[in-house]
Amino acid sequence: MTEPIIQVRSLHKWYSGVHALKDVSLDVLPNEILGLVGDNGAGKSTLINILSGTQTRTSGEILFEGRAVDFRGPRDAMNAGIETIYQYNSMVPTMSIARNMFIGREPVKYGLFGFGMLDTKRMADESVKAIADVDLHLRSPDALVGELSGGQRQGVAIARAMHFKSKVMILDEPTNHLAVKETEKVLGFVKSLNDLSITGIFISHNIHHVFECCDRIVAMARGEIVLDRRVEDTNMDEVMDVL
Amino acid sequence: MRRLLKIYLEKPELAGVVFLIVLAAIFQHQSGGVFLNSFNLQGLLGLLPEVALVAMGVTLLMICGEFDLSVGSVFALCPMVMAVMLEAGSPFILAYAAGLLVALMVGFTNGFLTVHFNIPSFITTLGMLFVARSITVVISGGFPPMLPPDVLPKWLFTAYVGPGGMFRMSFLWFVAVAVLLTVLLQRTNFGNWIRATGGFLPAAQSMGIPTKKVKIATFMICSLLAGFAGTIQVMRLGAPLPSIGEGLELQAVAAAVIGGTALTGGIGTILGGIIGAILIRVIDNGLVLSQVDANWFKLALGALTVFAVIVNSWLRAKAKAIKVETST
Repeated sequence: MTEPIIQVRSLHKWYSGVHALKDVSLDVLPNEILGLVGDNGAGKSTLINILSGTQTRTSGEILFEGRAVDFRGPRDAMNAGIETIYQYNSMVPTMSIARNMFIGREPVKYGLFGFGMLDTKRMADESVKAIADVDLHLRSPDALVGELSGGQRQGVAIARAMHFKSKVMILDEPTNHLAVKETEKVLGFVKSLNDLSITGIFISHNIHHVFECCDRIVAMARGEIVLDRRVEDTNMDEVMDVL
Repeated sequence: MRRLLKIYLEKPELAGVVFLIVLAAIFQHQSGGVFLNSFNLQGLLGLLPEVALVAMGVTLLMICGEFDLSVGSVFALCPMVMAVMLEAGSPFILAYAAGLLVALMVGFTNGFLTVHFNIPSFITTLGMLFVARSITVVISGGFPPMLPPDVLPKWLFTAYVGPGGMFRMSFLWFVAVAVLLTVLLQRTNFGNWIRATGGFLPAAQSMGIPTKKVKIATFMICSLLAGFAGTIQVMRLGAPLPSIGEGLELQAVAAAVIGGTALTGGIGTILGGIIGAILIRVIDNGLVLSQVDANWFKLALGALTVFAVIVNSWLRAKAKAIKVETST
């Protein structure tokens, strides 16, 4: 039996009087794509926010690759190898693709105390390569992200996560507000995570999308996990019923 | 070709450059050739650094997505602190450092209040505009302090240098700061964080950029430059008046906006802010030389500001419409 890459043990989260996560325990296996579904307010966003370091837990334990971790910010999670791609994508539209690829992790020359001159050549070269690796064809790393379509932006975000050798990629509703063709493309990216030995956590409230590209479905409702099955052992009706 | 066109249309300072050339030509004609002669240019360049230093700081802060209305007051407060200490007999270097330190503290306060109480910087700095101005008047005792003669190192800040005394020292300071800020914004990782913070805050946060610290630091840079510019004006005039810099905050915003800086943050260049500041000086000076009633200055400035924003957004839309991409 392989050791889970992420182990969540009895996680609780309270927000000003609301019990958002009630004793959630979950094991995520390496190299699987886990679909996390649930209605608004079911606790799935809270769970992934804690995993990605943007929120802190009230109690419970998280183990990453067998070691207890305590993420104090998104940077801690990224350094550990957990990268999150958000619904309203983590890109700055007024900046170029190359600059977006490296926000917060810029390669610098002549650095001192963490500040330094950008290595723009390396940024351009590496972003071209990273984008080509996810089979996305863009004219130039200097194009503004604001000029890309929603699907292309998600592609760049995924390319970024891969470039930084993420072990776990959390995708928070990446297909929202996308046209059908674009959605297909993003789902394609998610499916390809398997081949790249990346573990994926795919959050969506579109059950069709989840069934299309995930190996395992976890459903949440009212702050608890109410269903946890391999895709082949369940069907859409059963998932709909528990939600 | 189209790609080249697109690159130029996307430059936010483009409209400003065009206005500048057009206005210079008009004033040169109207003033009968006086506008571009060396005497007048000497005068123009001598005053430029004071507005331009403030405008550059405000531009940087606006790119970071924040706003500073207190720069005009800091412009007066910083040299007043220096003057009061000089009057009390402290050495120049100490008085000068104290003045700049006060400017930094004002910037920190602006940033801290804005970031930690999550209130619009428009409000915090509007409050600071009154607070800093009030402190300036109070510490001056209502009368400008008498500066001991020869205590100001004019040779370092305001003396004329260069061929034919073309430039003041302040112009060299201004060029140095301009280069430094441009490099900071375009070529360092900190500049990337400033642009990301102003461009789309949630993305910057989710990528782990310490956006609060970035904002506070940018507020401090902005305030420091305003204070520095104030000390230059006081050294040029030789006396610290508590009323200097009134209305400067809005001129600085106008300069930034004319130079293509977006109020929404993320878009703009230091060069744009400088071009905006030059335009303001040029209009002021050119109207006088053209023997137009100087009271038209504000009308011209106001009209130009609005017009520049319209042209800029039109250019941006045009540039966006030019598709040179071979998308998938």
